[in-house]
Amino acid sequence: MKSKSRIFVLIIFFVFLFLPIYWMINMSLRTNADILHTLALYPTDPTFANYIKIFTDSDWYSGYINAIIYVTINTLISLTVALPAAYAFSRYRFMGDTQVFFWLLTNRMAPAAVFLLPFFQLYTTVGLLDTHIAVALAHCLFNVPLAVWILEGFMSGIPREIDETAFIDGCTMPRFFITIFIPLIRAGIGVTAFFCFMFSWVELLFARTLTITNAKPISAVMTRTISATGLDWGLLAAAGVLTIVPGALVIWFVRNYMAKGFALGRV
Amino acid sequence: MARIEFNEVAHSYLKNPKGDADYALKRIHNAWEDGGAYALLGPSGCGKTTLLNIISGLVNPSKGKVLYDGREVAGLSPEKRNIAQVFQFPVLYDTMTVFDNLAFPLRNRGTAKAEVEKRVREVAEILDLTHFLNQRAAGLAADAKQKISLGRGLVRSNVAAILFDEPLTVIDPHLKWHLRRKLKEIHEQLKLTLIYVTHDQVEALTFADKVVVMYEGEIVQTGTPEDLFENPEHTFVGYFIGSPGMNFLPCKIDGNMARIDGAKIPLDEKTAVMARNVREKLELGIRPMYLEVTPFAVENGVPVQIVLIEDQGSHKIVSVKLAGQLVRAVVPEDKPVPEGKAWIVFPQQKIKLFADKRLLKSEGATL
Amino acid sequence: MNKWENNKAWFFLIPVLIFVCFSAIIPLMTVVNYSVQDILAPGKTVFVGTEWYRIMLRDPRLHEALWRQFLFSGLVLLIEMPLGVLIALAMPKKGWGVSFCLVTLALPLLIPWNTIGTIWMIFVRPDIGLFGAAINEWLGIAFDHTRKPLDAWITLMFMEVWHWTPLVALLAYAGLRAIPEVYYQAAKIDGASSWATFLYIQLPKMRGVLTIALLLRFMDSFLIYAEPFVLTGGGPGNATTFLSIYLVKLATGQFDVGPAGAFSLIYFLIILVLCFIFYQVLQNVGKGAKT
Repeated sequence: MKSKSRIFVLIIFFVFLFLPIYWMINMSLRTNADILHTLALYPTDPTFANYIKIFTDSDWYSGYINAIIYVTINTLISLTVALPAAYAFSRYRFMGDTQVFFWLLTNRMAPAAVFLLPFFQLYTTVGLLDTHIAVALAHCLFNVPLAVWILEGFMSGIPREIDETAFIDGCTMPRFFITIFIPLIRAGIGVTAFFCFMFSWVELLFARTLTITNAKPISAVMTRTISATGLDWGLLAAAGVLTIVPGALVIWFVRNYMAKGFALGRV
Repeated sequence: MARIEFNEVAHSYLKNPKGDADYALKRIHNAWEDGGAYALLGPSGCGKTTLLNIISGLVNPSKGKVLYDGREVAGLSPEKRNIAQVFQFPVLYDTMTVFDNLAFPLRNRGTAKAEVEKRVREVAEILDLTHFLNQRAAGLAADAKQKISLGRGLVRSNVAAILFDEPLTVIDPHLKWHLRRKLKEIHEQLKLTLIYVTHDQVEALTFADKVVVMYEGEIVQTGTPEDLFENPEHTFVGYFIGSPGMNFLPCKIDGNMARIDGAKIPLDEKTAVMARNVREKLELGIRPMYLEVTPFAVENGVPVQIVLIEDQGSHKIVSVKLAGQLVRAVVPEDKPVPEGKAWIVFPQQKIKLFADKRLLKSEGATL
Repeated sequence: MNKWENNKAWFFLIPVLIFVCFSAIIPLMTVVNYSVQDILAPGKTVFVGTEWYRIMLRDPRLHEALWRQFLFSGLVLLIEMPLGVLIALAMPKKGWGVSFCLVTLALPLLIPWNTIGTIWMIFVRPDIGLFGAAINEWLGIAFDHTRKPLDAWITLMFMEVWHWTPLVALLAYAGLRAIPEVYYQAAKIDGASSWATFLYIQLPKMRGVLTIALLLRFMDSFLIYAEPFVLTGGGPGNATTFLSIYLVKLATGQFDVGPAGAFSLIYFLIILVLCFIFYQVLQNVGKGAKT
C-alpha cells in the first residue's frame, strides 16, 4: 500500500473508533437538561456534576468496588487452578488428555445464557447468591479453560530438561513448581491474568443475574439506570466513561510489552 | 550479464552517521567482472550482506555510485536491475507448486505463456527439479527449496548476476558438497556473474575464482585463493585464511634483523630496507606450515620452549613460546618433535612484514 | 516433543475438575433435569420425556432466531475479516505509531460489553446522538434503530464492527510482523506487485492467525448477548432477538424452565458441534505450519 492511502485508512478507522467514545465523554460532562435541549459537538458548559454524583452515591460507587472485588477473586482462582492443570497438559500424556482438554475448551465456548438459570438455582441453594464469590465462581466457567489454554502454550515453550534436571537434583514437585517453574513463566502468568481480568470485567449476564444488592457490579447498576423511567443520560455516560478507565489503565501499563511482543511476532 | 562497479560506495543504516564506526560499509571501490565467480568472505557483521543488498538494489547506499556496465543504477528497483538473489533461508511461495514458483518472476513481467513453460522446463532440467514440478513447494526438503530459490533467479533470461547470501547454512553437510558442485556447473554452463557471501573459508576457496575478503566494512583484499594464502595484504586475511591462521609477532628492526624482544630473526635485504623507513607499529607474519622446528641449534635458529603438541592425524600443530609470544608451527606427521627446548627457523622468503596491519611491499610491486 | 507417559497427571487436574464440576457439570445436569420435566406447581413436577425438545425444535421463533444468528455471524465475518486485515496492513512497522495503534486498537476490547451498548445507544439516538442526528437532520434520512428493523441491524453491525474489528486487526498485525524480511526482498527481486506480494506472501503466512481470528469471531458473535440487549433489547419486534436473547427471555422473562432447558441443550449442542470443527481446524492449521 502507498503510504498516503495507509495513513488515510488509519485515520478514518481511528476517527470511527474514537467518535462514539468521545461522544460519551461529551455527554458525561453535561447535565441531562442540557443534553436533551441542544445537540452540541462539545460541552459548552462542562460540569462534573455527574461524576460527583457517582462518587458520592454509594449505589453507584459500590458498583465499581463490587466489580473490582469479584474480578480480582476470579483472576486469582483461575490462575491457581489452571497452573497445575496446564502443567499436566504440557508435560504428560495420560489417558483421555486430549478429550479433557477439548471438553475444557467447550466450556469457554458455552453460551452464558445456557447456564443462567441453573446458576441462579445453584447459588441460591448453597446460599451464595448476591455475594462476590458467586460471580467470581461463575466467571470461572469461561476463564479457567482460557487460563489453562494460554498457560499450556507458555509452558510448552519451556524445555522439559529443566524439570528433569531439577528432579534429578532431588527437588520435590511443589518446591520445583514454586521456586523454579513459576518464575520461568512469569510472562505467561501476566498475560493470563490480563485476559482473565479482561473477560471477567466485560461480562454482564452472570454479573447481573447473580447479584441483587450487596454485590451488584457497575454494569448491572448501569442497565438498571437504562431501564428506569426518566433516563439520566449524563449520569449514564459518566458511569460508562468510568468503566472504561480500568481497561485503559491496564493497556497503558502494558503498552510497551505489547509493542515488544508484536515485534517478536507473538501475540 | 554485466560488469558491476562500485564507485566510492559507503553505507550507514543511521540517518546521520558521525564517525567511521557508524558506517556498515566504509568505502568500497571495486569491480565485479562479467562472468566471474566471486566469494565474499568475512566474519559475521563485517558488511557482506549489506554489500550484497546494495548490488541487488534492496538497499540504496548513503554515498557513492553503483554502475552496471558503466550505467548508473541508483534508484533502480531490484526487478529492473535484473538481479537474482538466493537468501540464507529458502524463500518460497508456499501456496504455489514448484512450477508456479519458478514461473512467478516471468509471469510478473508478463512473459508469454509458451515462453514461461519453456524456460521453467529448462531451468528445472538444469536443477534436477523436473519431477517435483507439480508438487507443492512447501513440503520439499531444504536443499530442493534452495534450488527453487535459485531457479527463480535463473529463469529470467540474461540476469545481470546471481547473488548468494550464505545459501548453504540450512543444508545438511553431505548435500552441501553436491549443491556447491551444481553451482559450479551452472556457472560454467551459463557463464553468469556469481557473487557468493559466506563466512566459511573452505566454501569460499573451493567455490570462487576470486575471493574478496571483508573486514569491518572494508574490502581488505581481493585475490585468488592462492594469493590470499601466500600474500595476505592485511593481518586479518592472514589470520582468517588457513588453519591455523598466520602467526603475528610485534617486532622492531635492527639492521637486517627483526627483533622480537630478545630473539633476532634475519630478514632479506629488500624487506629490511623497506622496514627501516616505517614509523608505524610493525608485525612479523609467517604461516605455521613454513616454520621449521628442530631439536638442536641451527644457523639462524631461534631458541623456543615447546608448550603443546596437537596431533591432527595428517600433521601436528606445535605451539611454542618465543620470547613470551605464542607461535604455532605445522609439522608433518612423520617428523619427530622434540620435547621441552627446541629451535625454530623462519625462512626469509616466507616472512611478511605488516605495518599497522597492512602488508609492507616495495613501491610498484604487484601481486 | 515426546511427553512423559503418566496417568498420575490426573492429580494435577483435580482442582480444575472440582471447579468445572461446580460451574459446568452440576448446572448442566440441572438443565437436563429441567428439560425433561414440567413444573406444574412448586414441588410438583411431572416427567415429560422429550416433549419439550419436540416443542422447541418446532418453535418458529427459535428457527427465526437461529437464522438471524447465522445471518448476523456471517455478516460480521464478511465485514470484520477484510477490514481487520486492511487495518493491519496500514499500520506502521516501527516508531511511536506502533504503540499508538496497538493501544488504540486494544481499547474497545477492554470496555465492558454493556458499556459498549450504552456508548452506541447514546451515539445513534436521533435526539441526542451524533450519528443519529447526523443521518436524520443533516442527511435527511429518517433513521431510528428503535422502530425500524433494518436500522436496528445497521446500528448493531456498526457496533459489532467497532467493537471487534480491532481484535482481527491485532491478530493479523501479529501475523504480518512474523513474516521474515527476506520474503519481501525476494518478492521485490522477483518483481512482484504489491497485490501479488499480498496474495502470495502475506495472506498465506497469515493463514494461521486468520483462522484463529475467524473462528473466535464466529464463536463470540454466535453468543452475543449484552450489546444488543442494551442497545435494542432484541427489538424492534423480534428483529434483533438472537439465540441468547431469546433464551434469556424464555428463561427469566416467562419462567418456562422446561422449554428453556430444552432450548439450552439444543443451543449447547450446536455450539459443541461448531466447537469440535473449530478444534479440528485449529489442529490442522498447527500441523500445516510445522511442515
